[in-house]
Amino acid sequence: MKVIRNYLAELLKMQKREDGREPFQCREVSIETGVIARSPGSARVKIGDTEVLVGVKLDVGEPFPDTPNEGVLIINAELIPLASPDFETGPPKPEAIELARVTDRGIREGHAIDVEKLCIKKGEKVWMVNIDVYPMNDDGNLIDASALGAIAALKTAVFPKYDESADKVEYKEFTKTKLPVKALPIMTTFGKLAGSLFLDPTHREEKAFDSRLSISTLDDGTVCAMQKGGFGTFTKDEVLQIMGLAIQKSKELRKLLK
Amino acid sequence: MADKLFVKDHDVVIPGEELAEGLDYLPAGKAFRDGDKIFASTIGLASVKGRVIKIIPLAGKYMPRRGDVVIGEVTGIGHSGWMLDVNSPYPADLNIGEASSEYIDLNKTDMTYYFDIGDYVLCEVINISEGKFIKLTAKYRPYRKLKGGNIIEVSPTKIPRIIGKAGSMIALMKDATGCEITVGQNGLVWISGQADKQAVVARVIKFIEREAHKQGLTDKVKEMLRGK
Repeated sequence: MKVIRNYLAELLKMQKREDGREPFQCREVSIETGVIARSPGSARVKIGDTEVLVGVKLDVGEPFPDTPNEGVLIINAELIPLASPDFETGPPKPEAIELARVTDRGIREGHAIDVEKLCIKKGEKVWMVNIDVYPMNDDGNLIDASALGAIAALKTAVFPKYDESADKVEYKEFTKTKLPVKALPIMTTFGKLAGSLFLDPTHREEKAFDSRLSISTLDDGTVCAMQKGGFGTFTKDEVLQIMGLAIQKSKELRKLLK
Repeated sequence: MADKLFVKDHDVVIPGEELAEGLDYLPAGKAFRDGDKIFASTIGLASVKGRVIKIIPLAGKYMPRRGDVVIGEVTGIGHSGWMLDVNSPYPADLNIGEASSEYIDLNKTDMTYYFDIGDYVLCEVINISEGKFIKLTAKYRPYRKLKGGNIIEVSPTKIPRIIGKAGSMIALMKDATGCEITVGQNGLVWISGQADKQAVVARVIKFIEREAHKQGLTDKVKEMLRGK
């Protein structure tokens, strides 16, 4: 690994990447929505060879006592062995929990869904939004792919039919009402290797880098969530530079959602 | 009984597919005989050369053979040698006596002076025990520690295409980029030279791996190298 690390560091010093990209160039991104027929909202996101499948499930349940008039948002991610030889079955590892939590934080703190509109009856019944993230192939940067998949799936999701008197959700029948999505938070992940910064790390770069910083931003340039990983550190100037770049790069990605 | 051939050269075959009937044809590689019929045991391309029917597998893990030149990553240091990962399901061991032609005094020398964890070593398979334990040697030239450069992993089944006929593909890449390229039979390729040129070679090798089953590869590679 140290051989590859030195090589990547040398390339970055020349403002180059292994796959011919510039340091702050994202791989090719493609978003497909409505890929799962039975799901009220789904998306498949590809960033280069990284592929993530995201599904939304809507259910009716009881709200939390401290937020009686707000719907519930639950994001779950699973690193299945299909995606990479590094993933194993069994209880979730820290990486899987981090992926779910960071994706969750971007959506939640970016106020992507108007949770108050998910309320059916205050204190008793609200819509519960479950988002399931399944990486299909891991070639690095699962965080960005998952976050993009989650927001793309939410944006196209519709409510299933709900019979209020019988308190029954008809999961197979969809209405035309869309979910109250009011903001589009976009996550961008930057890596740092031997003092050089770069966007959208690949699997090999992820194995070799010192640290990474993921930033979620909104249309108006608000930074709504952050996550730092790896053992290395960032200076204040680097964080500010990354923030500026994150706002700029997320604008390009947001165009793909429309 | 008439001998029959059911496949052409370069046909894609699947496991269990009947390739030929009759005793005139000879199975080789991943083809096998059952009674008077020859079948395929893996997915790959059929190769019919005279009476010999062979299958060139499309994918597969590296299976060590004596005499193979491989690149291994040092994963552990023991009392009298190093443990290497040679990209194979089986463990590999480089004994201290096989590491250098000079005498190494274990009481005085730090073994990491020769090979440290994470180093890549070019070595040769000298023996595979019954328990599939691989014994390596790095005693003589050109076996050595690979310093610097870049290591990429490709499917071991595509190695012949990357090397080309009598090393023609490698020579093509070397001439165009000035990089040094060492290919291990186990699917690891070491590239050394200017960093940006290394990246070009790595991309070309990945391209060859992807397009290995197609014809006219040399021309496409030439075009790629000219474009960069």
